[in-house]
Amino acid sequence: MSSESNIEKVDNINSEERVSVASQGQLIWWRFRKHKLAVFSAILLLLLYLTTLFAEFFATSDPLESEAFRGLIQPQPIHFFDEGKLSPHVCAMEGTRDPYTYKKTYKPNCDKKTPVEFFTKGYEYEWLGLIPMDRHLIGVPEGYLAEEHIFLLGTDIQGRDMWSRIWVASRLSLSIGLVGVTLTLIFGISLGGISGFYGGFIDTIIQRIIEIIRAVPTIPLWMALSAAMPFSWSIVQIYFSITLIISLFAWTDLARVVRGRFLSLREEDFVTAAVLSGANERRIIFRHVMPSLYSHIIAAVSLAIPLMIISETALSFLGLGLQAPAISWGTLLQGTQNVQSVALYKWLMIPAFPVVGSILLFNFLGDGLRDAADPYSD
Amino acid sequence: MALYIGKRVLYGFIAIWIISILSFIIIQLPPGDYVSSYIANLAAQGSSLDQAEAENLRIFYGLDKPWHIQYLKWASRIVTGDLGYSFEWEKPVMSVIQGRILTTVLLALFALVFTWLFAIPIGIYSAVHKYSIGDYLATFLGFLGLAIPDFLIALIAMWFGYSIFGWSVGGLFSPEFGTAPWSIAKFLDLMKHLWVPVIILGTAGMAAMIRVVRANLLDELSKPYVVTARAKGISEWKLIMKYPVRMALNPVISMSAYLLPYLISGSVIVSVVLSLPTLGPTLLKSLLSQDSYLAGGIIFLIGIFTILGTLISDLLLLWIDPRIKFEAR
Amino acid sequence: MTKKNTKIEKQKPILSVNGLKVHFFTDEGTVKAVEGASFDVLAGRTLGIVGESGCGKSVATRSLLRLVDSPGKIVDGEIIYRGDANKKEINITSLKTSGSDIKSIRGGEISLIFQEPMTSFSPVHTVGNQIIEAIKLHKKLNKDDAKGLTLDWFKRVGMPDPEQRMNQYPWQLSGGQRQRAMIAMALCCDPKIVIADEPTTALDVTTQAQILDLLKELQEENGMSIIFITHDLGVIAEISDDVSVMYLGNIVESASVDEIFHSPKHPYTTGLLNSIPSITNKNRERLPTISGSIPHPHNRPSGCTFRNRCQNPSDDCREGKIEMKLIEVSPGHFVDQCCINCG
Ligand SMILES: Nc1ncnc2c1ncn2[C@@H]1O[C@H](COP(=O)(O)OP(=O)(O)OP(=O)(O)O)[C@@H](O)[C@H]1O
Ligand SMILES: [Mg+2]
Repeated sequence: MSSESNIEKVDNINSEERVSVASQGQLIWWRFRKHKLAVFSAILLLLLYLTTLFAEFFATSDPLESEAFRGLIQPQPIHFFDEGKLSPHVCAMEGTRDPYTYKKTYKPNCDKKTPVEFFTKGYEYEWLGLIPMDRHLIGVPEGYLAEEHIFLLGTDIQGRDMWSRIWVASRLSLSIGLVGVTLTLIFGISLGGISGFYGGFIDTIIQRIIEIIRAVPTIPLWMALSAAMPFSWSIVQIYFSITLIISLFAWTDLARVVRGRFLSLREEDFVTAAVLSGANERRIIFRHVMPSLYSHIIAAVSLAIPLMIISETALSFLGLGLQAPAISWGTLLQGTQNVQSVALYKWLMIPAFPVVGSILLFNFLGDGLRDAADPYSD
Repeated sequence: MALYIGKRVLYGFIAIWIISILSFIIIQLPPGDYVSSYIANLAAQGSSLDQAEAENLRIFYGLDKPWHIQYLKWASRIVTGDLGYSFEWEKPVMSVIQGRILTTVLLALFALVFTWLFAIPIGIYSAVHKYSIGDYLATFLGFLGLAIPDFLIALIAMWFGYSIFGWSVGGLFSPEFGTAPWSIAKFLDLMKHLWVPVIILGTAGMAAMIRVVRANLLDELSKPYVVTARAKGISEWKLIMKYPVRMALNPVISMSAYLLPYLISGSVIVSVVLSLPTLGPTLLKSLLSQDSYLAGGIIFLIGIFTILGTLISDLLLLWIDPRIKFEAR
Repeated sequence: MTKKNTKIEKQKPILSVNGLKVHFFTDEGTVKAVEGASFDVLAGRTLGIVGESGCGKSVATRSLLRLVDSPGKIVDGEIIYRGDANKKEINITSLKTSGSDIKSIRGGEISLIFQEPMTSFSPVHTVGNQIIEAIKLHKKLNKDDAKGLTLDWFKRVGMPDPEQRMNQYPWQLSGGQRQRAMIAMALCCDPKIVIADEPTTALDVTTQAQILDLLKELQEENGMSIIFITHDLGVIAEISDDVSVMYLGNIVESASVDEIFHSPKHPYTTGLLNSIPSITNKNRERLPTISGSIPHPHNRPSGCTFRNRCQNPSDDCREGKIEMKLIEVSPGHFVDQCCINCG
């Protein structure tokens, strides 16, 4: 046999072995990297979550500070140049009252300019509820008051600054997904796992429960449960009850995935081998079954989070979820319940954009993950 | 086959039972019992109830008994169609919601049909023309549909209707039919108004449905029987419709069973936004005012609809998939 | 055995495949599944195609009906079909994949029998329905006549309880019955060529023999040609008149069945023949294997594809300088030019 053909063969074997030696995690990672959109979404989401830590830093004015006389001011864009020179500013908003309808309308007056500064001092807040700070990304110089001069996305009916409120609201809205999903994970994995691992009678019972839960229209039940929360509860209590209520109905999808994987894994050789070699059940589950489940769980999670966000937004929109003074994207959207006001004050709809945007990103990410985890499922 | 149907019907009854328990819990959830809420409500309106009357009411609803007796009493009244009394409306619950049941069911059913009418052809197109521009477009719109909560779609639709065409989209009836008894003219009027909420509601479920159709059809298209059929010389279009589409319909039907509760759920929120005379806004109001028998009754009814829907889809599956018939014999 | 070992008259083959190349354009690169294969099918005879798994047998034969799956394309070569002496020859590679010409060939002139009769029928249509459909596509018959013809064919293929089977679903039949139904479906429109892609692999040995006998019988009655694909040289010996040996997308040797078995020229053919187990192997030696492994279709060697498994390649051959080409070494016996002297 020629030496050349030997070398070729060795090469072949090497490349084949490299593929088969790669761990499942690596394979999934390789496949995931090919989904450009999913990777992009993952990065953006990471950034988005990072910004929630610094929400007050991005805010320009105190999100709770209301003042009826500056209600419903339209968004005020930043002009970066002034007569060809770089000099960021906003035009002052001047309100006039219609003598017949008594409605106040605002107009920008670009003769009066308010300079805009970056990394400037503004209202005081406690970073992460701990460290007192007063720095903000955008603000007005000393002598001006941000609450009176700068409304990047306009104000709501009570004169609160939308830009600042949206930033601060992202904290509750985005975190509710994470907290809720943790609860969903606990329910889904344990019930799905029990169902798939033991099979038989327990499996049948859990499957029936899942079927019934899926047949129940969730929104009315959520509504009922949230409506039953006492008014005296604090924001934190309401927040956790809401996440609990949402997760009570959201675990079924994950449980089905986990059960399906357990069922198919039970048939696989390595689990049989572990059973035969006398490993106990806990050990089998945690050493052998769980690792091959991670990818599916991650994918299911990234598809469950957006559902949580939608649910919270919908509940709060109806006035059944978080209540003022808590700020979430859903409570911000409460201002849009009336068509006339939406038509007149379009900027009240702006909180819809972060909602739709973050859900889109999560769906793109989840889709890519699911594809990477199991290219043969849908 | 009879066994299969029997099993399904049995599950249906169990589900109804569980939903009745859930509804009962909802009735019990607000602090205090029904009569004290009632008294509080009367007090808010400036009238009151004397001690003896209150006691009578308590005995009538069995509020002096332990909860399981209360449940049994409530359940046995439900069987006769008595869902309790709404103090908010000062009428029996049944007569409050009677007029709204039909609109709710119609809205959900039409939304389901709308979803089918659009999602199935789009899904088929997407699968057959995989990775074409149309496929990408459908996928993208699907993602968008999934990402926009239905109340937002409703809001946006209203906004467009109002600011561009000056319509006020809300409502399901023209003013002259609002309180009129049912007639053909009223029904036609309903149809004229129904399509907007149907589209809004249908769009939400469409994204999920397109994905299911596409994924299943792609799966079926790669099966050997498709090649066999192609090797017979059948035209591509006929082939796809007769074989893989027929197979991909099974998941569509079983998914519809889950779409129905989803649509009824969605209809609640959409109806609130569009102020449609369905069960949705009534439910919201009853929850906010803790009108517990009304809220519990509505939730119970909504639950029954969806369970009926699931049952129907199970029977449909039995009809279109011969394998179930023989397996379950 | 009723071999038609009569002298091969110089008739034109009913189907000639010349230099067929089928490539799959996948994300990971181009898979050259068939790379210049040539073979002829003679009227009324059976051509056996043997070769290792993945060498392109299925892809090559499906190309005859233009049924190659989507990332795959016929990139070169021609497939000449001469079904009717009075009509013009048709170059199948130039037809549109969804035009009416290829549709009338599919099932009507050339039909396919698949390996897996279970998944090859739609599970939600009755077997009868699926056969009647084929008949109605190619014969101008009304529904009742088509039904009658299907019943006839069920009887001809030896289906027990034919009337009842017509209305049953494929999963209600046994494996052998399904394959009989498949054969009925392939033959019901009197095709000139039947491609049987490993039709007996999924069956047990007794059923296998019955199906082979059935095919031979039907061939004698109808006079169609059969292209029979298999890994099993025993089956080839039993059913074929001619044999083409395929290796990595090429036909490396073609000859009558006797020539192949008694004087194989290509080292790969020899290797295949040596690896047939025989009861005379008293010493229980290990079966000889062909040394080396098949290169991955992504990185086919240039020139002769067999050179790195060849025991004594010539210098030119080892360096990949000699292109693959069949040359006639004796009447009707073709061997790839590189390997004439290797075996
Ligand atoms: N859809 C496809 N996409 C990519 N490559 C393919 C596809 N179908 C076939 N191939 C490749 O074409 C080559 C030939 O496949 P083919 O099915 O013709 O083999 P075969 O000789 O019939 O094997 P077997 O005896 O196992 O049926 C294989 O290497 C395979 O990887
Ligand atoms: Mg094959």
